[in-house]
Amino acid sequence: MAIYLTKESKVLVQGMTGGEGMKHTRRMLAAGTEVVGGVNPRKAGRTVHFDERAVPVFGSVTDGIRATGADVTVVFVPPAFARAAVMEAADAGIGLAVVITEGIPVHDSVAFTAYAKRRGTRVVGPNCPGLISPGQANAGIIPADITKPGRIGLVSKSGTLTYQLMYELRDTGFSTCVGIGGDPVVGTSHIDCLAAFEDDPDTELIVLIGEIGGDAEERAAAYVREHVTKPVVGYIAGFTAPEGRTMGHAGAIVSGSSGTAHAKKEALEAAGVRVGDTPTETARLVSALL
Amino acid sequence: MDLYEHQARELFEEHGILVPRAEVTDSPKKAREIARGLGGRTVVKAQVKAGGRGKAGGVRLAADPAAAELTARQILGMDIEGHPVRTVMLAQPVDIQAEFYVSYVLDRAAGRFLAIASAEGGMEIEEVAASRPEAVARVHVDPAEGVTSAKAAEIAEAAGLPPQTVDVLVRLWEVLVREDALLVEVNPLVRTTQGRIVALDGKVTLDDNACLRQSRWGAYGEAGDDDPLEAAAAAKGLNYVRLDGEVGVIGNGAGLVMSTLDVVAGRGARPANFLDIGGGASARIMADGLSVVLSDPAVKSVLVNVFGGITACDAVADGIVQALDTVRLTKPLVVRLDGNNAARGRALLDARAHPLVQQATTMDGAARRAAQLATTA
Repeated sequence: MAIYLTKESKVLVQGMTGGEGMKHTRRMLAAGTEVVGGVNPRKAGRTVHFDERAVPVFGSVTDGIRATGADVTVVFVPPAFARAAVMEAADAGIGLAVVITEGIPVHDSVAFTAYAKRRGTRVVGPNCPGLISPGQANAGIIPADITKPGRIGLVSKSGTLTYQLMYELRDTGFSTCVGIGGDPVVGTSHIDCLAAFEDDPDTELIVLIGEIGGDAEERAAAYVREHVTKPVVGYIAGFTAPEGRTMGHAGAIVSGSSGTAHAKKEALEAAGVRVGDTPTETARLVSALL
Repeated sequence: MDLYEHQARELFEEHGILVPRAEVTDSPKKAREIARGLGGRTVVKAQVKAGGRGKAGGVRLAADPAAAELTARQILGMDIEGHPVRTVMLAQPVDIQAEFYVSYVLDRAAGRFLAIASAEGGMEIEEVAASRPEAVARVHVDPAEGVTSAKAAEIAEAAGLPPQTVDVLVRLWEVLVREDALLVEVNPLVRTTQGRIVALDGKVTLDDNACLRQSRWGAYGEAGDDDPLEAAAAAKGLNYVRLDGEVGVIGNGAGLVMSTLDVVAGRGARPANFLDIGGGASARIMADGLSVVLSDPAVKSVLVNVFGGITACDAVADGIVQALDTVRLTKPLVVRLDGNNAARGRALLDARAHPLVQQATTMDGAARRAAQLATTA
């Protein structure tokens, strides 16, 4: 088992024929992911070859699902087209839409996350690295070869901090790592992942990585206190970030006294989460618990 | 991007919301002329992107054009919370009967916009919310429906606002959606003694991600506000924020770079900047990044912290080696490469044997070394 993504997942790639789409489809296939098709209305009917694998291109998500039984889509389309792409996938009835695209206007994200939710489609992202269940499948751009399967579940706003922890804990390994994205509005929250990991028999311990901005970590802390029985180890980035400045991620901003790293760390610790001061110390806390 | 009050005022006016007659200037002499044109008596308001203007003395009533010139002279050049006042807006005074508060803000946790409204406007809404939470109405807006007249009536009623505000609430939502704003706030929204509803002061934050489809935003360029190094970095397409420390930081990925700043601070030094060079870390981006960071005179050492995931460490090391050919290194550089092909990457840097470059194998070790170099330099 794992959460959201398993070896049974059949994956479509919207925007597969673009530069990033091609590069990462190749990597997803190499990681053992069952990529069953690309979607591009202007290239429908063609086949794209990745080494010995031939992947068909469909004109729509609906066509792709009909032909292959796909249940996951990874969205690489440019920001201006992301809203339509996710809504199309939701209309087609896909179960999971992983939106890698960075730079999507917030009004679009608000619109498509609400739209997808109403239709029962889970959105991960936008502006995220996707998710990986090591040894099973990889939906997005997370490097698959820096870790191995294991019993840690990880949820994070940050891509590179995810990779850092995956690498530091490579000898222990992971059930699933979910990069939920650094935008102000995302489809899947820390809490969603905590709930899924709590229910996943293959996950023994949960790592929660957060950063400045919003109050997702504080909410997650309250959720941990009420509902999570598995050990949770946390890490928060951005203690030195100045107020009012956006630190790389569109959502990473301290506004007035809200969204600070201190408040998040305190909330997590008050909920019994062990919080590391550095990524390396965080990895050590995890190792000590397993 | 936050707008100045006068820019917000213009947007409101374009969308049919009543605003006071007003004009902006950077010259006290011109202020006198504007005051004359507005009928003599004016409110002179500092144009800065900071709260607390009134308390800082940046909003004052001027009885006549001569007073407007004097007041403008006093306000121009003031510093309000670190923001120099470069322009003032002169506005016609309004006879206020009642003050309200209305805004649309992004509720990140709910993933939708929230209408916040109160019949107790004029002061900080946080203060009202803290002292009398029942006086502040919060109503979520369904993105598929937006703020219709019926929704606006619901918001007005929840807050105890008069029915005339319904039209303003609808138009304000149009400002939010059509202008791709993340926040529109009117405080105070007033009812004048003539019974008209006027937006007396406003705040608008635009979504930087929407600039591609909002062509007019070029006019909002705020070059004057930028730090010269931040402007230089922006011109090169770099994601750079200047801070006030002495350890320059370059890394890949926003989260990892934020984390690197924290680790440097934990080692007794202060980070000089945030610079995220993204996943690629090509020679050109590395060279651009190094040259921006090194041109900060406060920088005493530079820490490059790269995790090789999608881009393997040998490619990153290659980028650093090439960058060292084009950028003259003037400060010690500590490099930490970890992840895919880390050994090969480190070997490449060792082979380059630059006297100012040293390597560390862990993030904590690299931060400790960079902090040492900066504090003993």
